[in-house]
Amino acid sequence: MSPTDQPVPDALLRVRGLRKNFGTNRVLESIDLTVGRGQVLALIGPSGSGKTTILRCLNGLELADGGTIDVGGEVSVSFDPPPTKKQLTALRDRSAMVFQHYNLFPHKTVLENVLEGPVVVQRRPKAEVTAEAIALLERVGLGDKTDSYPFELSGGQQQRVGIVRALALRPQLLLFDEPTSSLDPELVGDVLRLIKELAVEGWSMVIVTHELEFAREVATEVAFVDGGTVVEHGDPKQVLREPKEERTRQFLHRLLFPF
Amino acid sequence: MNETATQSAWDLFLTSLGPIAQGAVTGTIPLALASFAIGLSLALGLALMRLSRRRWVSGIARVYISIIRGTPLLVQLFVIFYGLPSLGILIDPWPSAVVAFSLNVGGYAAEVIRAAILSVPKGQWEAAYMIGMSHRRALTRIILPQAARVSVPPLSNTFISLVKDTSLASLILVTELFRQAQEVAAFSQEFMLLYLEAALVYWVICLALSSVQSILEKRLDRYVAH
Repeated sequence: MSPTDQPVPDALLRVRGLRKNFGTNRVLESIDLTVGRGQVLALIGPSGSGKTTILRCLNGLELADGGTIDVGGEVSVSFDPPPTKKQLTALRDRSAMVFQHYNLFPHKTVLENVLEGPVVVQRRPKAEVTAEAIALLERVGLGDKTDSYPFELSGGQQQRVGIVRALALRPQLLLFDEPTSSLDPELVGDVLRLIKELAVEGWSMVIVTHELEFAREVATEVAFVDGGTVVEHGDPKQVLREPKEERTRQFLHRLLFPF
Repeated sequence: MNETATQSAWDLFLTSLGPIAQGAVTGTIPLALASFAIGLSLALGLALMRLSRRRWVSGIARVYISIIRGTPLLVQLFVIFYGLPSLGILIDPWPSAVVAFSLNVGGYAAEVIRAAILSVPKGQWEAAYMIGMSHRRALTRIILPQAARVSVPPLSNTFISLVKDTSLASLILVTELFRQAQEVAAFSQEFMLLYLEAALVYWVICLALSSVQSILEKRLDRYVAH
Protein backbone atom coordinates (compact mmCIF):
# COMPACT_ATOMS: atom_id res chain seq x y z
CA MET A 1 0.00 0.00 0.00
CA SER A 2 1.09 3.52 -0.57
CA PRO A 3 -0.44 6.99 -0.46
CA THR A 4 -3.36 7.25 -2.84
CA ASP A 5 -1.72 9.94 -4.92
CA GLN A 6 1.24 7.74 -5.70
CA PRO A 7 0.28 5.02 -8.16
CA VAL A 8 1.59 1.59 -7.19
CA PRO A 9 3.08 -0.23 -10.12
CA ASP A 10 1.19 -3.41 -10.79
CA ALA A 11 -1.42 -2.91 -8.07
CA LEU A 12 -3.52 -5.97 -7.34
CA LEU A 13 -6.05 -4.42 -5.00
CA ARG A 14 -7.31 -0.88 -5.11
CA VAL A 15 -9.87 0.31 -2.61
CA ARG A 16 -11.19 3.84 -2.96
CA GLY A 17 -13.54 5.73 -0.68
CA LEU A 18 -14.99 2.59 0.90
CA ARG A 19 -17.88 3.45 3.21
CA LYS A 20 -20.02 1.26 5.44
CA ASN A 21 -22.74 2.00 7.99
CA PHE A 22 -24.45 -0.40 10.32
CA GLY A 23 -27.73 1.42 10.78
CA THR A 24 -26.77 4.91 11.92
CA ASN A 25 -23.39 3.71 13.10
CA ARG A 26 -20.65 4.71 10.67
CA VAL A 27 -18.13 1.86 10.64
CA LEU A 28 -16.00 2.85 7.66
CA GLU A 29 -15.60 6.54 6.77
CA SER A 30 -13.70 6.54 3.55
CA ILE A 31 -11.08 3.87 3.21
CA ASP A 32 -8.35 4.03 0.57
CA LEU A 33 -5.99 1.10 0.28
CA THR A 34 -3.70 -0.32 -2.35
CA VAL A 35 -1.95 -3.66 -2.34
CA GLY A 36 0.61 -4.51 -4.98
CA ARG A 37 1.10 -7.99 -6.37
CA GLY A 38 3.00 -10.13 -3.91
CA GLN A 39 2.63 -7.52 -1.20
CA VAL A 40 1.38 -8.08 2.31
CA LEU A 41 -0.76 -5.45 3.94
CA ALA A 42 -1.30 -5.72 7.69
CA LEU A 43 -4.28 -3.93 9.19
CA ILE A 44 -3.84 -3.10 12.85
CA GLY A 45 -6.02 -1.15 15.20
CA PRO A 46 -8.25 -1.40 18.25
CA SER A 47 -11.24 -3.74 18.19
CA GLY A 48 -14.27 -2.10 16.67
CA SER A 49 -12.04 0.12 14.54
CA GLY A 50 -13.42 -1.34 11.30
CA LYS A 51 -10.43 -3.40 10.17
CA THR A 52 -12.35 -6.67 10.04
CA THR A 53 -15.19 -4.91 8.24
CA ILE A 54 -12.72 -3.81 5.55
CA LEU A 55 -11.69 -7.42 5.07
CA ARG A 56 -15.29 -8.62 4.95
CA CYS A 57 -16.15 -6.00 2.36
CA LEU A 58 -13.29 -7.23 0.19
CA ASN A 59 -14.82 -10.70 0.17
CA GLY A 60 -18.36 -9.46 -0.24
CA LEU A 61 -19.43 -10.86 3.12
CA GLU A 62 -20.37 -7.31 3.99
CA LEU A 63 -21.92 -5.03 1.41
CA ALA A 64 -20.22 -1.63 1.47
CA ASP A 65 -22.43 1.44 1.10
CA GLY A 66 -20.07 3.40 -1.11
CA GLY A 67 -16.69 3.45 -2.78
CA THR A 68 -15.03 1.06 -5.18
CA ILE A 69 -12.99 -2.12 -4.95
CA ASP A 70 -10.81 -3.08 -7.85
CA VAL A 71 -8.96 -6.40 -8.02
CA GLY A 72 -6.33 -7.29 -10.56
CA GLY A 73 -7.56 -4.58 -12.89
CA GLU A 74 -10.19 -7.11 -14.03
CA VAL A 75 -12.93 -6.72 -11.50
CA SER A 76 -14.06 -3.27 -10.50
CA VAL A 77 -17.06 -2.99 -8.23
CA SER A 78 -18.64 0.22 -7.03
CA PHE A 79 -21.10 0.13 -4.18
CA ASP A 80 -23.22 3.21 -4.73
CA PRO A 81 -25.58 2.18 -6.30
CA PRO A 82 -25.30 -1.41 -4.96
CA PRO A 83 -23.53 -3.84 -7.29
CA THR A 84 -25.32 -6.70 -9.00
CA LYS A 85 -25.06 -10.20 -7.63
CA LYS A 86 -22.86 -11.09 -10.57
CA GLN A 87 -20.38 -8.31 -9.82
CA LEU A 88 -20.29 -9.31 -6.17
CA THR A 89 -19.64 -12.94 -7.09
CA ALA A 90 -16.84 -11.87 -9.41
CA LEU A 91 -15.30 -9.84 -6.60
CA ARG A 92 -15.61 -12.71 -4.13
CA ASP A 93 -13.99 -15.14 -6.57
CA ARG A 94 -10.79 -13.10 -6.54
CA SER A 95 -10.09 -13.55 -2.86
CA ALA A 96 -10.24 -16.25 -0.22
CA MET A 97 -10.60 -15.70 3.47
CA VAL A 98 -9.18 -17.36 6.55
CA PHE A 99 -11.44 -16.81 9.52
CA GLN A 100 -10.63 -16.09 13.13
CA HIS A 101 -12.76 -19.03 14.25
CA TYR A 102 -11.65 -21.25 11.31
CA ASN A 103 -15.29 -21.94 10.29
CA LEU A 104 -14.44 -25.35 8.91
CA PHE A 105 -17.43 -27.45 7.87
CA PRO A 106 -17.82 -29.83 10.83
CA HIS A 107 -19.75 -32.46 8.89
CA LYS A 108 -17.02 -32.85 6.29
CA THR A 109 -13.60 -34.40 6.59
CA VAL A 110 -10.45 -32.33 6.25
CA LEU A 111 -10.07 -33.30 2.60
CA GLU A 112 -13.74 -32.67 1.86
CA ASN A 113 -13.43 -29.24 3.44
CA VAL A 114 -10.65 -28.40 1.03
CA LEU A 115 -12.33 -29.93 -2.03
CA GLU A 116 -15.76 -28.39 -1.52
CA GLY A 117 -14.90 -25.06 -3.18
CA PRO A 118 -12.75 -26.20 -6.12
CA VAL A 119 -14.82 -29.29 -6.97
CA VAL A 120 -18.40 -28.36 -6.13
CA VAL A 121 -18.31 -24.64 -6.85
CA GLN A 122 -15.50 -24.19 -9.37
CA ARG A 123 -16.21 -27.55 -11.03
CA ARG A 124 -12.57 -28.42 -11.51
CA PRO A 125 -11.69 -32.08 -12.09
CA LYS A 126 -11.85 -33.94 -8.80
CA ALA A 127 -8.75 -36.10 -9.33
CA GLU A 128 -6.58 -33.10 -10.11
CA VAL A 129 -7.90 -31.04 -7.19
CA THR A 130 -7.57 -33.99 -4.81
CA ALA A 131 -3.90 -34.45 -5.68
CA GLU A 132 -3.33 -30.74 -5.22
CA ALA A 133 -5.23 -30.68 -1.92
CA ILE A 134 -3.32 -33.64 -0.51
CA ALA A 135 -0.02 -32.02 -1.49
CA LEU A 136 -1.07 -28.82 0.28
CA LEU A 137 -2.19 -30.72 3.37
CA GLU A 138 1.09 -32.62 3.46
CA ARG A 139 2.95 -29.40 3.15
CA VAL A 140 1.26 -27.98 6.25
CA GLY A 141 1.93 -31.20 8.14
CA LEU A 142 -1.59 -32.62 7.94
CA GLY A 143 -0.98 -35.37 5.41
CA ASP A 144 -2.21 -37.97 7.88
CA LYS A 145 -5.36 -36.03 8.77
CA THR A 146 -7.15 -36.00 5.42
CA ASP A 147 -9.95 -38.25 6.66
CA SER A 148 -10.29 -36.69 10.10
CA TYR A 149 -13.19 -34.48 11.05
CA PRO A 150 -12.45 -30.96 12.27
CA PHE A 151 -13.40 -31.78 15.88
CA GLU A 152 -10.54 -34.27 15.98
CA LEU A 153 -7.97 -31.54 15.30
CA SER A 154 -6.35 -28.94 17.52
CA GLY A 155 -7.07 -25.28 16.89
CA GLY A 156 -3.74 -24.83 15.13
CA GLN A 157 -4.42 -27.79 12.88
CA GLN A 158 -7.91 -26.53 12.11
CA GLN A 159 -6.56 -23.15 11.15
CA ARG A 160 -4.00 -24.75 8.86
CA VAL A 161 -6.86 -26.58 7.16
CA GLY A 162 -8.61 -23.20 6.92
CA ILE A 163 -5.55 -21.82 5.15
CA VAL A 164 -5.34 -24.81 2.80
CA ARG A 165 -9.06 -24.43 2.03
CA ALA A 166 -8.39 -20.83 1.05
CA LEU A 167 -5.31 -21.70 -1.05
CA ALA A 168 -7.16 -24.47 -2.90
CA LEU A 169 -9.54 -21.86 -4.30
CA ARG A 170 -6.57 -20.41 -6.19
CA PRO A 171 -7.41 -16.83 -5.25
CA GLN A 172 -5.42 -13.79 -6.29
CA LEU A 173 -5.68 -12.36 -2.82
CA LEU A 174 -5.59 -14.04 0.58
CA LEU A 175 -7.51 -12.41 3.42
CA PHE A 176 -6.67 -13.29 7.02
CA ASP A 177 -9.03 -12.17 9.75
CA GLU A 178 -7.09 -12.37 13.03
CA PRO A 179 -5.95 -15.86 12.09
CA THR A 180 -4.29 -16.61 15.42
CA SER A 181 -6.60 -14.83 17.86
CA SER A 182 -8.53 -18.00 18.76
CA LEU A 183 -5.45 -20.13 19.20
CA ASP A 184 -3.73 -21.23 22.38
CA PRO A 185 -0.46 -19.31 22.67
CA GLU A 186 1.73 -22.33 21.98
CA LEU A 187 -0.05 -23.01 18.69
CA VAL A 188 0.23 -19.47 17.32
CA GLY A 189 3.77 -19.94 16.02
CA ASP A 190 2.95 -22.76 13.58
CA VAL A 191 0.21 -20.77 11.92
CA LEU A 192 2.23 -17.56 11.73
CA ARG A 193 5.17 -19.44 10.25
CA LEU A 194 2.92 -20.86 7.56
CA ILE A 195 1.52 -17.44 6.70
CA LYS A 196 5.04 -16.06 6.53
CA GLU A 197 6.06 -18.84 4.14
CA LEU A 198 3.14 -17.98 1.90
CA ALA A 199 4.15 -14.34 1.96
CA VAL A 200 7.69 -15.26 0.96
CA GLU A 201 6.31 -17.34 -1.88
CA GLY A 202 4.68 -14.24 -3.24
CA TRP A 203 1.05 -14.54 -2.26
CA SER A 204 -0.72 -11.18 -2.01
CA MET A 205 -2.40 -10.79 1.34
CA VAL A 206 -4.34 -8.55 3.62
CA ILE A 207 -3.99 -9.57 7.26
CA VAL A 208 -5.92 -8.23 10.19
CA THR A 209 -3.74 -8.94 13.18
CA HIS A 210 -2.72 -8.00 16.68
CA GLU A 211 0.66 -9.69 16.30
CA LEU A 212 2.81 -6.60 15.89
CA GLU A 213 6.07 -8.47 15.74
CA PHE A 214 4.67 -10.61 12.97
CA ALA A 215 3.37 -7.57 11.10
CA ARG A 216 6.74 -5.91 11.32
CA GLU A 217 8.51 -8.94 9.95
CA VAL A 218 6.11 -10.15 7.28
CA ALA A 219 4.11 -7.17 6.08
CA THR A 220 5.31 -4.89 3.33
CA GLU A 221 2.86 -2.24 4.49
CA VAL A 222 1.06 -1.57 7.74
CA ALA A 223 -2.09 0.46 8.05
CA PHE A 224 -3.37 1.65 11.41
CA VAL A 225 -7.15 1.77 11.34
CA ASP A 226 -9.15 3.62 13.98
CA GLY A 227 -12.69 4.96 14.02
CA GLY A 228 -13.35 3.71 10.51
CA THR A 229 -10.46 5.54 8.85
CA VAL A 230 -6.89 4.74 7.96
CA VAL A 231 -5.10 6.96 10.43
CA GLU A 232 -1.61 6.17 9.28
CA HIS A 233 0.03 3.77 6.89
CA GLY A 234 3.37 3.01 5.42
CA ASP A 235 6.49 0.99 5.95
CA PRO A 236 6.00 -1.44 8.89
CA LYS A 237 9.13 -0.33 10.69
CA GLN A 238 8.19 3.31 10.43
CA VAL A 239 4.54 2.88 11.46
CA LEU A 240 5.28 0.46 14.28
CA ARG A 241 8.48 2.05 15.60
CA GLU A 242 8.12 5.73 14.85
CA PRO A 243 4.45 6.42 14.28
CA LYS A 244 3.65 9.95 13.18
CA GLU A 245 0.15 10.05 14.57
CA GLU A 246 -0.64 10.40 18.25
CA ARG A 247 -3.49 7.86 18.01
CA THR A 248 -1.13 5.25 16.57
CA ARG A 249 1.36 5.94 19.33
CA GLN A 250 -1.31 5.47 22.00
CA PHE A 251 -2.54 2.26 20.46
CA LEU A 252 0.94 0.76 20.18
CA HIS A 253 1.72 1.82 23.70
CA ARG A 254 -1.39 0.09 25.00
CA LEU A 255 -0.46 -3.11 23.17
CA LEU A 256 3.12 -3.09 24.37
CA PHE A 257 2.32 -2.14 27.97
CA PRO A 258 -1.07 -3.60 28.69
CA PHE A 259 -0.92 -2.97 32.44
CA MET B 1 -60.89 -64.89 36.95
CA ASN B 2 -60.90 -68.67 36.76
CA GLU B 3 -58.73 -70.78 34.57
CA THR B 4 -61.07 -71.14 31.59
CA ALA B 5 -61.74 -67.39 31.59
CA THR B 6 -58.00 -66.72 31.59
CA GLN B 7 -57.59 -69.25 28.83
CA SER B 8 -60.31 -67.69 26.69
CA ALA B 9 -58.96 -64.19 27.30
CA TRP B 10 -55.54 -65.36 26.16
CA ASP B 11 -57.10 -66.99 23.10
CA LEU B 12 -58.95 -63.80 22.27
CA PHE B 13 -55.73 -61.83 22.72
CA LEU B 14 -53.94 -64.11 20.27
CA THR B 15 -56.71 -64.27 17.67
CA SER B 16 -57.25 -60.51 17.75
CA LEU B 17 -53.52 -59.89 17.40
CA GLY B 18 -53.93 -60.85 13.73
CA PRO B 19 -56.38 -58.13 12.73
CA ILE B 20 -54.72 -55.57 15.01
CA ALA B 21 -51.28 -56.24 13.53
CA GLN B 22 -52.84 -56.11 10.09
CA GLY B 23 -54.34 -52.74 10.97
CA ALA B 24 -50.90 -51.58 12.03
CA VAL B 25 -49.16 -52.84 8.92
CA THR B 26 -51.74 -51.73 6.35
CA GLY B 27 -53.11 -48.70 8.20
CA THR B 28 -51.16 -47.09 11.01
CA ILE B 29 -47.62 -47.49 9.71
CA PRO B 30 -48.11 -46.50 6.04
CA LEU B 31 -50.39 -43.68 7.13
CA ALA B 32 -47.74 -42.35 9.51
CA LEU B 33 -44.91 -42.81 7.01
CA ALA B 34 -46.73 -41.14 4.12
CA SER B 35 -47.94 -38.25 6.28
CA PHE B 36 -44.51 -37.75 7.80
CA ALA B 37 -42.75 -37.72 4.43
CA ILE B 38 -45.19 -35.23 2.93
CA GLY B 39 -45.37 -33.24 6.16
CA LEU B 40 -41.60 -32.96 6.37
CA SER B 41 -41.29 -31.56 2.85
CA LEU B 42 -44.04 -29.10 3.67
CA ALA B 43 -42.26 -28.22 6.91
CA LEU B 44 -38.97 -27.51 5.14
CA GLY B 45 -40.76 -25.17 2.76
CA LEU B 46 -42.54 -23.44 5.64
CA ALA B 47 -39.34 -23.16 7.65
CA LEU B 48 -37.58 -21.47 4.73
CA MET B 49 -40.58 -19.17 4.26
CA ARG B 50 -40.44 -18.27 7.94
CA LEU B 51 -36.76 -17.34 7.50
CA SER B 52 -37.44 -15.24 4.42
CA ARG B 53 -36.61 -11.57 4.60
CA ARG B 54 -39.81 -10.78 2.69
CA ARG B 55 -42.35 -10.07 5.36
CA TRP B 56 -45.40 -11.33 3.49
CA VAL B 57 -43.67 -14.65 2.81
CA SER B 58 -42.75 -15.23 6.43
CA GLY B 59 -46.18 -13.88 7.41
CA ILE B 60 -48.01 -16.54 5.43
CA ALA B 61 -45.94 -19.29 7.03
CA ARG B 62 -46.42 -17.77 10.46
CA VAL B 63 -50.22 -17.68 10.11
CA TYR B 64 -50.32 -21.23 8.77
CA ILE B 65 -48.23 -22.58 11.64
CA SER B 66 -50.33 -20.66 14.15
CA ILE B 67 -53.58 -22.14 12.80
CA ILE B 68 -52.23 -25.69 12.73
CA ARG B 69 -50.82 -25.48 16.22
CA GLY B 70 -53.80 -23.59 17.58
CA THR B 71 -56.54 -26.01 16.53
CA PRO B 72 -57.11 -29.66 17.52
CA LEU B 73 -55.95 -32.31 15.11
CA LEU B 74 -59.32 -34.03 15.41
CA VAL B 75 -61.06 -30.86 14.28
CA GLN B 76 -58.66 -30.53 11.32
CA LEU B 77 -59.39 -34.13 10.38
CA PHE B 78 -63.16 -33.60 10.59
CA VAL B 79 -63.02 -30.37 8.58
CA ILE B 80 -61.31 -32.23 5.77
CA PHE B 81 -63.39 -35.40 5.84
CA TYR B 82 -66.81 -34.23 7.00
CA GLY B 83 -66.59 -30.50 6.24
CA LEU B 84 -65.19 -30.29 2.73
CA PRO B 85 -67.99 -32.38 1.16
CA SER B 86 -70.38 -29.48 1.80
CA LEU B 87 -68.14 -27.45 -0.53
CA GLY B 88 -68.41 -30.25 -3.04
CA ILE B 89 -64.98 -31.65 -2.21
CA LEU B 90 -65.24 -35.33 -1.40
CA ILE B 91 -62.08 -37.12 -0.33
CA ASP B 92 -61.88 -40.78 0.65
CA PRO B 93 -61.00 -41.67 4.24
CA TRP B 94 -57.40 -42.70 3.58
CA PRO B 95 -56.36 -39.65 1.53
CA SER B 96 -58.29 -37.41 3.92
CA ALA B 97 -56.26 -38.77 6.79
CA VAL B 98 -52.99 -38.35 4.88
CA VAL B 99 -53.88 -34.76 3.99
CA ALA B 100 -54.85 -33.86 7.55
CA PHE B 101 -51.83 -35.49 9.17
CA SER B 102 -49.41 -34.07 6.60
CA LEU B 103 -50.73 -30.54 7.07
CA ASN B 104 -50.48 -31.00 10.82
CA VAL B 105 -46.95 -32.40 10.83
CA GLY B 106 -45.95 -29.63 8.43
CA GLY B 107 -46.96 -26.99 10.95
CA TYR B 108 -45.20 -28.57 13.88
CA ALA B 109 -42.03 -29.72 12.14
CA ALA B 110 -41.61 -26.32 10.46
CA GLU B 111 -40.72 -24.74 13.78
CA VAL B 112 -38.31 -27.56 14.59
CA ILE B 113 -36.53 -27.18 11.26
CA ARG B 114 -36.46 -23.40 11.51
CA ALA B 115 -34.86 -23.58 14.93
CA ALA B 116 -32.36 -26.17 13.69
CA ILE B 117 -31.34 -23.96 10.75
CA LEU B 118 -30.93 -21.00 13.08
CA SER B 119 -28.78 -23.10 15.41
CA VAL B 120 -26.07 -23.46 12.75
CA PRO B 121 -23.43 -20.78 13.44
CA LYS B 122 -23.39 -17.77 11.13
CA GLY B 123 -19.74 -18.51 10.32
CA GLN B 124 -20.86 -21.60 8.41
CA TRP B 125 -22.88 -19.45 6.01
CA GLU B 126 -19.91 -17.11 5.67
CA ALA B 127 -17.45 -19.90 4.94
CA ALA B 128 -19.86 -21.31 2.37
CA TYR B 129 -20.22 -17.91 0.68
CA MET B 130 -16.46 -17.41 0.90
CA ILE B 131 -15.76 -20.53 -1.14
CA GLY B 132 -18.17 -19.17 -3.74
CA MET B 133 -21.43 -20.92 -2.92
CA SER B 134 -24.81 -19.45 -3.73
CA HIS B 135 -27.40 -19.15 -0.98
CA ARG B 136 -29.20 -22.26 -2.17
CA ARG B 137 -26.07 -24.34 -2.37
CA ALA B 138 -24.87 -23.16 1.02
CA LEU B 139 -28.23 -24.18 2.42
CA THR B 140 -28.32 -27.65 0.90
CA ARG B 141 -24.67 -28.63 1.24
CA ILE B 142 -23.53 -26.86 4.39
CA ILE B 143 -26.43 -25.70 6.55
CA LEU B 144 -29.13 -28.37 6.22
CA PRO B 145 -26.82 -31.35 6.90
CA GLN B 146 -25.82 -29.69 10.15
CA ALA B 147 -29.40 -28.71 10.94
CA ALA B 148 -30.48 -32.31 10.32
CA ARG B 149 -28.34 -33.53 13.17
CA VAL B 150 -29.86 -31.05 15.57
CA SER B 151 -33.40 -31.81 14.49
CA VAL B 152 -33.35 -35.61 14.76
CA PRO B 153 -34.46 -35.81 18.42
CA PRO B 154 -37.34 -33.30 18.14
CA LEU B 155 -38.46 -34.68 14.76
CA SER B 156 -38.43 -38.19 16.21
CA ASN B 157 -40.81 -36.92 18.86
CA THR B 158 -43.03 -35.48 16.16
CA PHE B 159 -43.04 -38.79 14.33
CA ILE B 160 -43.82 -40.82 17.44
CA SER B 161 -46.69 -38.47 18.25
CA LEU B 162 -47.92 -38.87 14.71
CA VAL B 163 -47.93 -42.65 14.95
CA LYS B 164 -50.20 -42.41 17.98
CA ASP B 165 -52.32 -39.64 16.49
CA THR B 166 -53.16 -41.82 13.50
CA SER B 167 -55.59 -43.59 15.85
CA LEU B 168 -57.83 -40.57 15.28
CA ALA B 169 -58.23 -41.75 11.69
CA SER B 170 -60.46 -44.52 13.07
CA LEU B 171 -63.06 -41.78 13.51
CA ILE B 172 -63.18 -41.15 9.78
CA LEU B 173 -63.50 -44.84 8.96
CA VAL B 174 -59.86 -45.61 8.12
CA THR B 175 -59.08 -49.25 8.84
CA GLU B 176 -56.04 -48.95 11.05
CA LEU B 177 -54.78 -50.45 14.25
CA PHE B 178 -57.23 -48.90 16.65
CA ARG B 179 -60.29 -49.38 14.45
CA GLN B 180 -59.46 -53.08 14.17
CA ALA B 181 -59.25 -53.30 17.95
CA GLN B 182 -62.56 -51.48 18.30
CA GLU B 183 -64.28 -53.89 15.97
CA VAL B 184 -63.09 -56.96 17.82
CA ALA B 185 -63.99 -55.27 21.10
CA ALA B 186 -67.52 -54.50 19.94
CA PHE B 187 -67.97 -58.07 18.79
CA SER B 188 -66.47 -59.78 21.84
CA GLN B 189 -67.47 -57.16 24.44
CA GLU B 190 -63.93 -57.49 25.90
CA PHE B 191 -63.18 -53.76 25.88
CA MET B 192 -60.48 -53.70 28.52
CA LEU B 193 -58.52 -56.52 26.91
CA LEU B 194 -58.72 -55.21 23.37
CA TYR B 195 -57.89 -51.60 24.22
CA LEU B 196 -54.94 -52.67 26.34
CA GLU B 197 -53.83 -54.85 23.49
CA ALA B 198 -54.06 -51.91 21.09
CA ALA B 199 -52.06 -49.82 23.56
CA LEU B 200 -49.43 -52.55 23.75
CA VAL B 201 -49.03 -52.69 19.98
CA TYR B 202 -48.65 -48.89 19.78
CA TRP B 203 -46.05 -49.09 22.50
CA VAL B 204 -44.08 -51.77 20.67
CA ILE B 205 -44.11 -49.69 17.50
CA CYS B 206 -42.89 -46.63 19.39
CA LEU B 207 -40.14 -48.64 21.10
CA ALA B 208 -38.92 -49.72 17.69
CA LEU B 209 -38.99 -46.11 16.52
CA SER B 210 -36.99 -44.97 19.54
CA SER B 211 -34.23 -47.42 18.69
CA VAL B 212 -34.24 -46.22 15.10
CA GLN B 213 -33.86 -42.70 16.50
CA SER B 214 -30.80 -43.58 18.54
CA ILE B 215 -29.18 -45.33 15.57
CA LEU B 216 -29.82 -42.23 13.47
CA GLU B 217 -28.42 -39.94 16.15
CA LYS B 218 -25.26 -42.02 16.41
CA ARG B 219 -24.81 -41.95 12.67
CA LEU B 220 -25.24 -38.19 12.49
CA ASP B 221 -23.04 -37.65 15.53
CA ARG B 222 -19.95 -39.12 13.96
CA TYR B 223 -18.49 -35.71 13.27
CA VAL B 224 -19.15 -34.19 16.68
CA ALA B 225 -16.91 -34.26 19.70
CA HIS B 226 -18.27 -36.27 22.63
